[in-house]
Amino acid sequence: MQLKTHIITSIKILAIMTILTGVLYPVLMTVIAQLVFPNKSNGSMIEKNGEVIGSELIAQKFQSDKYFWNRPSAIDYNPLPSGASNLGPTSKALKDFVEERRKHFIEKNFLPPNTIVPTEMLFASGSGIDPHISPEAAFLQVNRIAQTRGFDEQKKVLLKTLVQNHIEAPQFGFLGEPRVNVVMLNLELDEKK
Amino acid sequence: MFTYYDIGQVVFYLVALTILTPLLGGYMARVFAGEKNFLTPVFSKLENFIYKLGGIISANGMDWKTYTVALLIFNFFGFFILFLLQLFQSSLPLNPQGLPNVSWDLSLNTAVSFMTNTNWQSYAGETALSYLIQMAGLTVQNFISAATGIAVMIALIRGIVGKTANDIGNFWVDLIRSTIYVLLPLAILFTILFAGQGVVQTFSNYKVVRTLEGAQQTIPLGPAASQVAIKQLGTNGGGFFNVNSAHPFENPTPFSNFLEMLAILLIPSALVYTYGKMVGSTRQGWTLWGCMMFLFIVLLTISLWSEYHSNPVSQTSAGMEGKETRFGVTNSVLWSVATTSASNGSVNAMHDSLTPLSGFIALLNIMLGEIIFGGVGAGMYGMLVFVILTVFISGLMVGRTPEYLGKKIEAFEVKMAALAVLAPCVVILVFSAIASVRNAGLSSLGNSGPHGFSEILYAFTSAAGNNGSAFAGLNTNTPFYNIMIAIGMLIGRFGVLVPMLAIAGSLGRKKIVPVSSGTFKTDTFLFALLLIGVILVVGALTFFPALSLGPIVEHLLMLNGQSF
Repeated sequence: MQLKTHIITSIKILAIMTILTGVLYPVLMTVIAQLVFPNKSNGSMIEKNGEVIGSELIAQKFQSDKYFWNRPSAIDYNPLPSGASNLGPTSKALKDFVEERRKHFIEKNFLPPNTIVPTEMLFASGSGIDPHISPEAAFLQVNRIAQTRGFDEQKKVLLKTLVQNHIEAPQFGFLGEPRVNVVMLNLELDEKK
Repeated sequence: MFTYYDIGQVVFYLVALTILTPLLGGYMARVFAGEKNFLTPVFSKLENFIYKLGGIISANGMDWKTYTVALLIFNFFGFFILFLLQLFQSSLPLNPQGLPNVSWDLSLNTAVSFMTNTNWQSYAGETALSYLIQMAGLTVQNFISAATGIAVMIALIRGIVGKTANDIGNFWVDLIRSTIYVLLPLAILFTILFAGQGVVQTFSNYKVVRTLEGAQQTIPLGPAASQVAIKQLGTNGGGFFNVNSAHPFENPTPFSNFLEMLAILLIPSALVYTYGKMVGSTRQGWTLWGCMMFLFIVLLTISLWSEYHSNPVSQTSAGMEGKETRFGVTNSVLWSVATTSASNGSVNAMHDSLTPLSGFIALLNIMLGEIIFGGVGAGMYGMLVFVILTVFISGLMVGRTPEYLGKKIEAFEVKMAALAVLAPCVVILVFSAIASVRNAGLSSLGNSGPHGFSEILYAFTSAAGNNGSAFAGLNTNTPFYNIMIAIGMLIGRFGVLVPMLAIAGSLGRKKIVPVSSGTFKTDTFLFALLLIGVILVVGALTFFPALSLGPIVEHLLMLNGQSF
């Protein structure tokens, strides 16, 4: 008898909870978010010539020498689904990747062989679509981009200024790390010609 | 480099948590005592309406057996509906990507996972589950599994303060009050804060774009902010996207990261204060809170030290594998310690790629029973298991019948406490041993050498502790792991929860012994030391051999520059 009461109450409460927390709550939140933060709640999309070319928050694949490169990605920048390498600290495969990436970064950017490459350029990100690199990693790529794009010394200075302008300081001055958003930087780089 | 900036961020986090603890804790004490609070005018109509719809008479108390049966039946239906929803996903609405039905073993695993507040994920959210499942299935379980944990803790408090009473409260009332006065208002607040930082909240289809280099990229979307808020607050931890809070849409900025980390420990920490308030001595609460904070800071320090130490294998300092640039090393380590102290299990960096000793700290945190703040409700009642053991051991030392807050701790309580400690240990050690010798267990490994063993150990530790974080290199979406982990999660949840309710019932029936000069005080520095000692001894004795084979030996080999 008591068991039956429990079963009926369970079903009723589960139904009420589903409507309250599973339907009303997310729907109400979506309405508020869409009204107050329309761009952000739809994925911070960015446009170029009226066409959506991606999201400010999602890294894109940049292979060409004329663009700033992102961090390595274990999923080749395809966010379906997001993912990481999950290689451990004593992994031989990871060790080989790091050596290869270090060599590649130094050679391609015409850097002295003993350059300390920023660690985020040696290691794949957690999401596979981390849109940021450190300011140092951006500056180290300036020579390559200037040469590929045929910039003279004057334009190269402008390129450095561009990077400088794209540095995001830690939030409120102390949270997180200083960083550069590669998608936004490359977008503006294209406009500068 | 570890700088003053890093120390500043850690200190800011701990101070914010400390300040909010008595504020939220005091509020919750009023809610669960049924007193008026500032949200009563807003939500009391809704509360009474739900009682009316559900046919609940809120004044009717339950004895511990009735309470347990109601809880188990309710949880079973929650599991069953979620299981069915996934099996028939493709025929249900709100599936804009046309995702197919989920396999039975994965559905089983996920349903158990969310019902037990574990939120272990063998699936990738953006390619496996529709918006409907994420909302009406997972988000609902996020709320009610958290509310269930809180309810058990409140019942236990009633047992401790009750005077020869059978009544430990009404499960339905505790469940509903936790949801609408605590979880829902906080979730609404955090959702809006997250959306303001850039967490997505939309029902649109995934967006297909042409990138700057002209390639095609499909960007997944969804109502994420509302789910992220409750998964952090309810120590659930199940991510909307595959990489959880490492995903830029789930955790876009350092501030969203701070808020999400705060949300992990906010309710668990405040509940310790609530506990003190409700047993009539905030000093009791602060003593336990102090032990938790002490352990947290010690373990965090070790983890930070390890992660900033150079790795002779890849010849780098402070490895960034599996970490995000915007968070850096410090925020990734702080998160990993917070999420494993609580039974949250969300991640903002991949634990599989942490240095051996940081991975060790994450494992140890879960193995100790997630009593350093712990899961909502579950952490506090888990800590009380150790309190009972400590009181018992102290009683043996001085040759007196142990008491706790005026209640005699006798054979029944100690037996139940021992059961609650041992149940998760059995899962961790026995299940890991089975997986380590079976082909079905080994073929899923993502790393070799001692790190491979750590992956298996972590999986079952996470299951038994209802944590949900993973050394994700291990492919657990196989029938073997889906089923083993599901069983582990059930034992880890109910093997602790039911004994605790039994203790609540047994304590409630006892009379209160007046304090005398012979009473062993449980709000002193001496007691705190004993308690920490008991926690560490139980944890170390049980798990040291297994930990030696995994992270400890890996650390030594890494220092030698050896790779696998």
